[in-house]
Amino acid sequence: MNILDTLQKLATESGFASFIIADGGWKNLVMILFAFVLLYLGIVKKFEPLLLVGIAFGCLLTNLSYFTGMGENALYHPELWEAFLDEASPYYHSYGHIMSNAGLLDFFYIGVKAGIYPSLIFLGVGAMTDFGPLLANPKSLLLGAAAQLGVFVAFFGAILLGFSGPEAASIGIIGGADGPTAIFLTTKLAPNLLGPIAIAAYSYMALIPLIQPPLMKLCTTEEMRKVKMEQAREVSKTEKIIFPIVVATFVILLLPSTAPLVGCLMLGNLFRECGVTDRLSDTAQNALMNIVTIFLATSVGATMVAQNFLNGNTLKIIVLGLCAFAISTIGGLLGGVVMYYASGKKINPLIGSAGVSAVPMAARVSQDVGKKYNKTNFLLMHAMGPNVAGVIGSAIAAGFLLSVFGG
Amino acid sequence: MNDLINISLGDAAVTALTGYLVVFFGLVLLMCVVMIMGKIMVGSKNKAVVETPAAAAPAAPAPAAPPAPGSAGELKLYDTDPKDAAMIMAIVADTLGKPINELRFISIKEVKEDEV
Repeated sequence: MNILDTLQKLATESGFASFIIADGGWKNLVMILFAFVLLYLGIVKKFEPLLLVGIAFGCLLTNLSYFTGMGENALYHPELWEAFLDEASPYYHSYGHIMSNAGLLDFFYIGVKAGIYPSLIFLGVGAMTDFGPLLANPKSLLLGAAAQLGVFVAFFGAILLGFSGPEAASIGIIGGADGPTAIFLTTKLAPNLLGPIAIAAYSYMALIPLIQPPLMKLCTTEEMRKVKMEQAREVSKTEKIIFPIVVATFVILLLPSTAPLVGCLMLGNLFRECGVTDRLSDTAQNALMNIVTIFLATSVGATMVAQNFLNGNTLKIIVLGLCAFAISTIGGLLGGVVMYYASGKKINPLIGSAGVSAVPMAARVSQDVGKKYNKTNFLLMHAMGPNVAGVIGSAIAAGFLLSVFGG
Repeated sequence: MNDLINISLGDAAVTALTGYLVVFFGLVLLMCVVMIMGKIMVGSKNKAVVETPAAAAPAAPAPAAPPAPGSAGELKLYDTDPKDAAMIMAIVADTLGKPINELRFISIKEVKEDEV
């Protein structure tokens, strides 16, 4: 082999040449630019940076290394996962086939596919969450339920736009404003849509301070927004310890498909509250959460392969996701308005919008908007009740959709 | 299975409505459980409070407790509940990004709406 042949081989095998040679190589270039935009949003604009930076870089890595028909050096191989899901393929549900041909990001993605990362994230969320405000005011669970409206309206909207049942269910869950739940359900029902759904879910969560306030103004009167809520009762340590055990027992018996999410959420919370597992609580909140976030974000980003991402469906998902988010916010606010009247005008309906989960961002928005209309008002702790109720509500919604469409 | 993949609009509407009702049903039941649990806890706490004074009447007033480590004198509260004050101090510390024991609160006063 002479030097010219070597140089020619290097040139034709390079990623630069693949943009031109490979089928649809230009799409990779578009996705690389898209990854740069996501990195800009994460790093400069600080839109959910802990996740968006990892997702963006996963997207960048996958589109730098995988070109259609030229996947030998790829970090992520979509065709392996297509074979894994294809009932007619000899490699249907074969992790052995994946592992013997996998790139680095394929290995990471196994944790997503098996539902491990979202559940471990929920373990960390549980360890970080204080359910005290919910225990002090159990009625806030109703707001967490009301704020799941967008999930089911967006599900119906997705069916109208021609998506299949499982795909529509995965799109609808964006309205739950809960990233791990959305990833968990989508991986089970419509893994081909994981990239756009994860991007939509996390982007809209980052945009909550922009999306929610106009809707809060639209659905409530100034008199309602000024309501100052009474101090909630003190919650005992015993209640906080019993709560995760009761919720896990009750919700999993009601909807067994919620077991991975609700089970881990409540286990994390029990670590936090029981007082004898501080080290485990600390690990779940910090080290474990950070490690899993790295794997989850990069592997979700890796699924954003140009050929799967750049199509009309992505645009539809972005629009439906926004509708889901907005309608969930409206559902929570209308629930708040009903409770405002039912309680004799003692409940500020602004706390309803926090029912969309997105802990604690949505509760902070309720606090900020409430304070704007009454400077002496502190709604934060009152809004945390519906906020954490929304986490349980979205897990139940996901469990329902999984039991209907999960086969 | 194929029916679920190519779901009709009617079935989708029924599924959506059922799903929303299931979420409400689950959380309403959970609310009832939490309320019952709360009532039991509050009841047992009240019972303990009623029983405690009779059982242990102090012979002499206890000496004033020394201030907590890191405290910087007494906080004056005007028309403010101690719980509200604790929450305000926590929010201020969080907003400033400083540990609460590095801040000194002298007084907290509720500003009435007509004073704003």
